[in-house]
Parts: sequence; C-alpha cells; structure tokens
Amino acid sequence: MILARFLGPRVWILVAVILAAAVLVPMANLGLPRDHPLHVPSYAVQLWGRFVCYALLALALDLVWGYVGILSLGHGAFFALGGYAMGMYLMRQIGARGGYGNPVLPDFMVSLNWKELPWYWYGFDQFWFACLMVVLVPGLLAFVFGFFAFRSRVTGVYLSIITQAMTYALLLAFFRNDMGFGGNNGLTDFKDILGFPIQAVSTRAALFAASCVALAIGVLLVGWITRSKLGKLMIAVRDAESRTRFIGWRPEYVKLFAFTVSGVMAGVAGALYVPQVGIINPGEFSPLNSIEVVIWAAVGGRGTLIGPVLGALLVNYGKTIFTTVWPETWLFLLGGLFVFVTLLLPRGIVGTIDHGFDAFRATRRARDAEKGEAAGAVPNPAE
Amino acid sequence: MVETKVAGKVAGDVHTLTTPQGSGPGKPVRNAAEAAGPRPVEERSRGPGERAVVEPGPAGPQAESSHREPDVSPHPYAALMRERRLAAEAEGRARRDTLLYLSGVTKSFDGFKAINNLSLVIEKGEMRAIIGPNGAGKTTMMDIITGKTRPDRGEVFFNGDVDLTHHDEAAIASMGIGRKFQKPTVFESHTVEDNIRLSLSGPRSVLEALVHRKDEAERERIEAILETTRLTDKRKTFAANLSHGQKQWLEIGMLLAQDPELLLVDEPVAGMTDAETEETARLLREIAATRSVVVVEHDMSFVRALGVKVTCLHEGSVLSEGSLDKVSNDPKVIEVYLGR
Repeated sequence: MILARFLGPRVWILVAVILAAAVLVPMANLGLPRDHPLHVPSYAVQLWGRFVCYALLALALDLVWGYVGILSLGHGAFFALGGYAMGMYLMRQIGARGGYGNPVLPDFMVSLNWKELPWYWYGFDQFWFACLMVVLVPGLLAFVFGFFAFRSRVTGVYLSIITQAMTYALLLAFFRNDMGFGGNNGLTDFKDILGFPIQAVSTRAALFAASCVALAIGVLLVGWITRSKLGKLMIAVRDAESRTRFIGWRPEYVKLFAFTVSGVMAGVAGALYVPQVGIINPGEFSPLNSIEVVIWAAVGGRGTLIGPVLGALLVNYGKTIFTTVWPETWLFLLGGLFVFVTLLLPRGIVGTIDHGFDAFRATRRARDAEKGEAAGAVPNPAE
Repeated sequence: MVETKVAGKVAGDVHTLTTPQGSGPGKPVRNAAEAAGPRPVEERSRGPGERAVVEPGPAGPQAESSHREPDVSPHPYAALMRERRLAAEAEGRARRDTLLYLSGVTKSFDGFKAINNLSLVIEKGEMRAIIGPNGAGKTTMMDIITGKTRPDRGEVFFNGDVDLTHHDEAAIASMGIGRKFQKPTVFESHTVEDNIRLSLSGPRSVLEALVHRKDEAERERIEAILETTRLTDKRKTFAANLSHGQKQWLEIGMLLAQDPELLLVDEPVAGMTDAETEETARLLREIAATRSVVVVEHDMSFVRALGVKVTCLHEGSVLSEGSLDKVSNDPKVIEVYLGR
C-alpha cells in the first residue's frame, strides 16, 4: 500500500487507534446508558482528554529532543502560551455574564479598575483569531528564541538551562497583574466555547474527540518530517553536528525548523487543554511542568513516535492513581521513575522493545547464516 | 620547481610588505609633493595609474613601450602606489591558477602561535602530504581553511579569488572543500547508504530536504561512491556497526559525495591495520586522479606509499618542502624530529 510505504505500518496503526478512540469514546460516553458495561463515565472522558493533550505535548518535545537532540526544559512555556491564547478567547466569550457584568472587560480587569481593554486583547472575541494566535504566538517565540540560541551555537546543557530560564521568566511575567493576563489567578470561570456550554457532557466529549484528532495529525506530521530526508538530517545533526556542517548543511536551520514546529504543536496542545480543565494560570509555566514532559518522553522512548504518546498516557494515569491512593509518595515515585528510566531503560519502553526485537532478529540472522542458509537481504529497521 | 615558485613568492611578499611600510609613505612623499608643485592634493587624489598614463614625462619614449611608461621618474608617491599595484597584480596572477593559496597566515591562541606566518600553495589537481610533529599546527591549518577558525592575519584564497576568511563552514563546504576529521565522524544511526545520501552535493535548504524525493540519478551516484569506497555490500549496514577502517572509508565516501575540488584528509590511517592502510593509500590515489587532496599524516610509510610532494610543518610554519626523500634528509627536519 502506498500509504504504508509512505509512513510505515506502525504509524498508521497508531493513527487508527487514536482516531478510533476519538469516535468510540464519545459514543460510549453519550450513546450508552449509564449502567451499560461499556459506558465511559464523563469524568474519564475529561481525564483522558487532558492526557491526550499531554501526549501531543510529549510528541512535540520528542521531535526536538528525540530526533534533533535538543533537550528543551521549557516546552511547558509553548503549551501555556497556546493555553493563554485559548483562555483569552474563552474569557471574552463570558461577556456580560461575569461577576461584574461588564460586557467587554473580563472580571479581573474590572477589579483592577481598568477602563479599557488592552490592545493585545483585541480580536480574541473571534474564534478564528484565537486559533491563529494559538499557532502564531508559541511559534513566533520558538522561532525567535531558536534563531538566537542556535545561531550562537548554544548546545547541550547550556541550551537546556536557557530554555528553563525562558519558561521561568514567563512564569514571573504572567504572575504580574499589570501584564493583563489575570496575574496569579490566571483566566477561569469560562462559560462556553463556540456557543456550547463548556461544562456540558457533550462539549467535553467533543473536546476529547478534537484532542484525539489533533494528536493524530501531530503523529502524522512528525512521522512525515522524521521519515523525510530532513528527518534523516535531524538525526545526523543529533549524532554529529559538526559533520553536517562540514558537508555543507546548516544545522542551526534544521534545529530552528524542528523547534518552531514543535513550539506550534505544544501551543495547540495547550489550547485544547485549557477548555477541558477550565483554567489557565501562570503555574503552567512552572519549570517543573516542563521537566515532567521530559520524563514522559523518556519513559515512553524518545526518538520514536509511539513512545512519547504512550509515556504521557501511562505516567499521567499512574499519577492520577497514586495521587488519590497515596498522595504524598507521588513526587518520590516520579523522581524514582526518572532515575530508573535513565539508568536502566535509556531507550524508554518502546525503544527497548524495538531494540530487543532488532537484536533478536540479528541473532537469528547470524544463526541462519551459520547454518549456511542464505540469510537473504538484510531488512532495514528504519523502513 | 613549485617550491622555488613558492619561495620566490614569499620573498616577493616580504618585499612588497616592507617597501611601503619600511621606506614608507611618510617623509619621502611629502618632500616629493613639495617638489612637485603647488597642488599635491589633486595629484594624489587622481591616482598613480592615471597619472602615469595620462601625463607621460616630457621625454618619454612612449612609442616603443606598450605600457607607455614615463621615462622620467614620476611622482614618488605615484611610483610607490604603482609598485604596490603591480605587486598586487603579480600576486593575483600567481594566485589565479592555484586551488588553495595561504599567505602569511598567523593564528594564536592565548599568546601561543599555533600558526605562524604560514604560506602554502596547492595547485589544481595536486596531491600533497603534510607532515610535522604534534603541535605543528596541522589541524589548526585545516580549521582555518574550512572556516572553523579565523586567522588573526594573512590571506586564505580558494580557487584564486575566493577569500575563505569571509565564509563559514557550511558555505566553504558547499564551495567544494571537503574535510575528513582525525577521528572518523559518520552518522552512526544511519545506514551507509543514507550517510552518503545526506552528503551528496545538491541543494542544502531545509524545506527542500523535507520534500526531497529519491531519484535514479541520486541512486547511481550513491552506487558509484559505494563502489569506489568498497562498501557496496555494506550499504544497508548501520554506520555504527562498521569497523574502524570502514568508517574511515565511509567518511571519505561522504566527502566524495560532496563532489569537492579539494579534499582535506586528517590522519586517515591512524589506527588502521596494514592491509587497511594500503587500501586507503590506493583509495586516495584514485581520488587524487580527479581532485586535489591534502593529506595530513604521521605515518611515514603511508606517505611514502602515496608518493607525492611533502610539506613539513613545524611550530606553525613551513620547515621544508619537496619530495619525501628531500624533506626527510633535510637537516632541519631531522633536528625537529629527532630532537636536539
């Protein structure tokens, strides 16, 4: 099949599973009676909807970390910026239903005695404009940040530190009330999205489906990029940057491309996340959040498409269970998990399985060859 | 004969450098300007070349001189400028036919002169071996040529007129200078074939790479390079699984894929077995049939196997140049290598 050759069967299976979830889960939630064994409760839809957004964020990080070797410890910043852009739209949708009843100004601006809407809030009453900003703002930040960082040839741990500093600076900035983004409290009390009440079960189901579709598109996008010649070049930059430079490529542009695409993907994930949790505040910029994303990708397996998606879903599901059953241990567990994965499972779950499979095939080939059988053409595991 | 040319050129450089600075545009010019008349400024601004042609001396036998040189000595300042211009032109002529032209290159790191007034000329199609003890500046010289390091002083020209000091690594690589590192550097997570595919000369834009399609011409070029480097049956092998020698050949293959005019090869046989060394010498001679190659190497038997002109560097400048026999019998070289 042409499609299979285009991306490989595994990618298509993953996409099919995600899209099936996008259709079946809302159906099982809305269509089946509450006592039916296959009924999916609404809280689960909301929970897994969030996890799907996290999976998209982890995939975005994987594009830069797993394939280009840029360990970004600030990807939460792009996620939060996308979330804020969506939050601003949801804020404007509240209109006169807010606590102060002001048709234009959000409540927090009224309480700050602001008389006019700041210029950067213009246009956010339009959904299309908000969507544009969801893509543009994180994308632009990633582009500008990446342009200066990569052009100056900042690499490795230094780059990780400045990405961390970037998200921390944004955290501090968004905490300030003067910024006009609700300060400490952030943006909340949303009423509806595109005219549908945001708390309604059907809206939640639709948001879940939308998140799944976004994740599927993300998987296809990353799959396409990483399988192209550019994807090979990304891995080349990751493994031997100076070599790429001396055969005439400009690794800074390769990195910039990946970083910008990744920033946009993270922004979209944030925008889908905010209406599902009903709040966005500066806490999302917290460096800790960005580090957690790294753990998801590491657990699942960086440099694979399925790994970060699986890692984000698994770790977050574990987090939900452990924080309800045994809340005080969660951070220790998370830390322990990271140490465990780094030391014993450096390829992550998916990477280890892949590697084991490759090793198995290699030994079998060797055994066949020893028996004097024609070993046949060596299959290329990259295909 | 080339070495005499180089020596002559260097001497010429010294001459042209000292003439204007030593006897200088200072006093003599001013004196002459006073002597020349009331409007020295105008004459100076008009430029030496023009003056010499437009206003020949009164008794000038211009008919027989194609250059219409004035017989009477011209304005001393003009003479000085003319001398400089002619020297620059002569240098330009000398440079024009060279592939790589280094003149008076100096680079120091924290006061240590890694390269000290180095002058070196590589002709088109030439293969050259560069030897020298550790710290002689061989790798720094490669860094300067490939744009990784900028020299403090001196000229570096490629193909006669491209000033390499103004370009970065990627631009220089695209112009046609390939570089092999001392330690084999290949893309270990890629197959041999993909390593070469990424190195093939062609567009280097990110977006082109994103929508790039493999085609027949590309496949044939890869095939030819695999053939040359004896890696045809390893095409699907991951570079990480190659032996040390095969990695070195793959890297040379990647350079060939770039289709460079000049190959800089840094210690290609370090750590190789004798058989691999022999094979590498064969490979480099084959490559040198169509391109210029500069090989930096410690291994004297390998240099002898190459059978080319040798330059010996010491403390950042050329100590001796010529055939291997001539260089290895040079008392200066012996002193450096055997210690004093």
